[in-house]
Amino acid sequence: MKNYKHYVFALLGVGLLLAGCGNQNGKSSSNGALSSSAAEKVYVAPGEQDEYYAFLSGGYSGNLTVYGLPSGRMFKEIPVFSQFPTSGYGYSEETKPMLNTSFGFVPWDDSHHPDISQTNGELDGRWIFINGNNTPRIARISLSTFETEEIIEVPNSAGNHSSSFITENTEYVVAGTRFSVPVPQRDMPINEYKGNFKGALSFISVDPEHGHLDMKFQLLMPGFNYDLSHPGRGKSHGWFFFTTYNTEEANSLMEVNSSQNDKDFIAAINWKKIEEYVNNGGGTKMPANYAHNVYDEHSHTATSTMRKEVLTVDPTKVPGAVFFLPTPKSPHGCDVDPTGQYIIGNGKLSADLTVHSFDKMIAAIEGEKFDGEAYGIPILKFEDVLAGTVKSGGLGPLHTEFDGKGNAYTTFFISSEVVKWKLGTWEVIDRKPTFYSVGHLMIPGGNSRKPFGKYVVAMNKITKDRYLPTGPEMEHSAQIYDISGEKMELLYDFPTHGEPHYAAGCPAELLAPKSKKIYRLTENKHEFATLTPNDARVERNGNEVHIYMSTIRSHFTPDNIEGIKVGDKVYFHITNHEQDFDVPHGFSIIGQNTSELLVMPGQTKTSIWEPKKVGVWPFYCTDFCSALHQEMQGYVRVSPANSNIELSWSLGE
Amino acid sequence: MKKASILMIVGPLFLLGLYVFPLWNIMLGAPQYPEPLGMNIHIDGIRDVNEFDLQNIDGLNHYIGMRKLPKPEEMWEFSTFPLVIGGMVFLGLVIGVLGYFKKVSYGWFMGWFVLMSVLGVLGMYDFNAWMVDYGTNLDPNAIMKLSNPDGTPMSYKPPLFGHAKMLNFGVTSLPSTGAWMMFTGMMLILAAFFVGWKANKAKKSKIHSSS
Repeated sequence: MKNYKHYVFALLGVGLLLAGCGNQNGKSSSNGALSSSAAEKVYVAPGEQDEYYAFLSGGYSGNLTVYGLPSGRMFKEIPVFSQFPTSGYGYSEETKPMLNTSFGFVPWDDSHHPDISQTNGELDGRWIFINGNNTPRIARISLSTFETEEIIEVPNSAGNHSSSFITENTEYVVAGTRFSVPVPQRDMPINEYKGNFKGALSFISVDPEHGHLDMKFQLLMPGFNYDLSHPGRGKSHGWFFFTTYNTEEANSLMEVNSSQNDKDFIAAINWKKIEEYVNNGGGTKMPANYAHNVYDEHSHTATSTMRKEVLTVDPTKVPGAVFFLPTPKSPHGCDVDPTGQYIIGNGKLSADLTVHSFDKMIAAIEGEKFDGEAYGIPILKFEDVLAGTVKSGGLGPLHTEFDGKGNAYTTFFISSEVVKWKLGTWEVIDRKPTFYSVGHLMIPGGNSRKPFGKYVVAMNKITKDRYLPTGPEMEHSAQIYDISGEKMELLYDFPTHGEPHYAAGCPAELLAPKSKKIYRLTENKHEFATLTPNDARVERNGNEVHIYMSTIRSHFTPDNIEGIKVGDKVYFHITNHEQDFDVPHGFSIIGQNTSELLVMPGQTKTSIWEPKKVGVWPFYCTDFCSALHQEMQGYVRVSPANSNIELSWSLGE
Repeated sequence: MKKASILMIVGPLFLLGLYVFPLWNIMLGAPQYPEPLGMNIHIDGIRDVNEFDLQNIDGLNHYIGMRKLPKPEEMWEFSTFPLVIGGMVFLGLVIGVLGYFKKVSYGWFMGWFVLMSVLGVLGMYDFNAWMVDYGTNLDPNAIMKLSNPDGTPMSYKPPLFGHAKMLNFGVTSLPSTGAWMMFTGMMLILAAFFVGWKANKAKKSKIHSSS
């Protein structure tokens, strides 16, 4: 009788799920049939939290989005390379310098490959790095504030695509150029590309304490396209591997002309050797001009400095540091397994994966078994370095990740699938369709010595009919699969923002406990901070007016300001005096030619307002901060340019 | 009597815990405060449970016109209580030592206990009176003026002991570590009295039986 009852409840449960009501109580059933359901595996009950963080690049949004796994819920969009009116990033006076480059203010980029900092090859959760592809830049984002803290421009680079991958102790974040260009840039005929253009691979050192970035050296490689890269790890720590295409060095109709060679290369770079070379005075200093932008968490302000020099290294001057591994058919992804033994070249125009062996590569180098050279760089024999070939039966392999249990998972763009195969035996174990045309995939920690092989997320380029239609333009789609068993199981499908290329993930407990709740007002070192309401004031300096304003639920101090004139340049410096978790205040004023400000507790942000019309103009808080949010407003009286009205300000008078 | 006196010496030492640990704790939880706000009432002032809790409690209370939580210098209690506790510890030690050397009888132990109890009750009465004042003596210009169903103005006195629902907040008020240590110390002294009393009785019966 008891069993029968359970059976009835199980049926009722299934009925409810089918009816789309969902399981609202969140208590998981111990019933066998239900516990294996895909719905239950991704269901994170109200009030409960996800097991993993996932950071998905925003692609042409220029930003980075934060998701939870397995639920697929988006938590935050972190502005990185793009102006973000939601918070005022790139609009506020404090953050405008973050988007400064040698081309001036560039308010957008194409962000591609996030990578979380590591110690001893394992995720340490200090920072996440991401590259801007279009105007080459690398950003560092704090994983305690989840804000962009630093952006460095990459000179001599164009199409910063084989980036931003880090070495296993975060010694370097590496940025390779996809498009080779004249170095230094100059006026020359395009069709003289061959032999004249260069591909710069940049090694940017990361200060272990503050994470500050410094352009340590640039390796000036032959003018191929350096597509993707990954660090060696474990035994291959000290090496970096880059896939190349267009070894033909074509400069037009690339889709045909750069697909002619049967094999392109994976470039193996012994960066430790080059580091030693430059530490001993090697390399050539070259004049350059690139921006280095640093945001300070305490002054809440970014500064931009132009760097004027870069150290370049000619690979032929450092014998034994750079080799080419022939790899079939324009390889795209370049992935290294958790042991550091296998280097996988995903030949995007073929059906097969080429796996190189690090041990065999070292043996071939020691045996000096070269198959010619390219621009003075030795080419190893394909057969000498080949560990094996995965005959997958899929088409268009792009990227591979690892589960730490001896398996690899590769995406196939053309045949829209994820293929699971075994390292060492190269046999295909399972394959599952994706929807549709998958690019990257991500296993939390899948690019480290210690992957967390429970889920894989496939990020797709084509959405079509997966969700309710929203006209021609749609968000991209992602699928999450359970990979804890022998066969993969498709669990869930969720839309993603922008165009996620790569992603990085880590266990929630690595970041959640240290995520900042507020900025401490006592640590606010902003030049224009208003640390107590008594310090609130208005100062005029010519036609520049600085308003030192504080906010607390639910008023601005001051909220009545007179004596502003048409033609003034008015700086609103807003300091949020709240010290309570999740109580931001917003600021906006009619006719503001920038965005609003969203000011976190303890933070100061500045917006410029240039009043053009005489009148009394309101400003208000844009974040529903309290029951009296609607009352959180004020007025600025704007008088004619020649008016004699004195500056005055008040609250509650 | 030796045993009793040792208890009488140890007992007051537990009161020293009040200099370190809070006497009372009041926690305020609400749906939007999954991590409740809290105040620890020490004998020398009110402190945060988590950093900024007092500031945030004040921030919320201003809607209903409650005054800001008092700073130590704003209430005579916070300078007097430490002296009273110190005095009682000293007195207890003196009584214990004198008892040990048989200069005073166990009756003094009870005397200390009764005095401490009276002071404790007075302290609680004072604390409650402050809470009544704090919770009912509201700013006439308060942003939100709420009434009970019978039309009387709503008051916000936290419970002295236990749990109460106040608007969207659930308020729990309970003795904290310092109070429990004081309670333990007082129980030891009560025990000291009984041990002394029993020992005395045994001695008396011994005298009786031997005579």
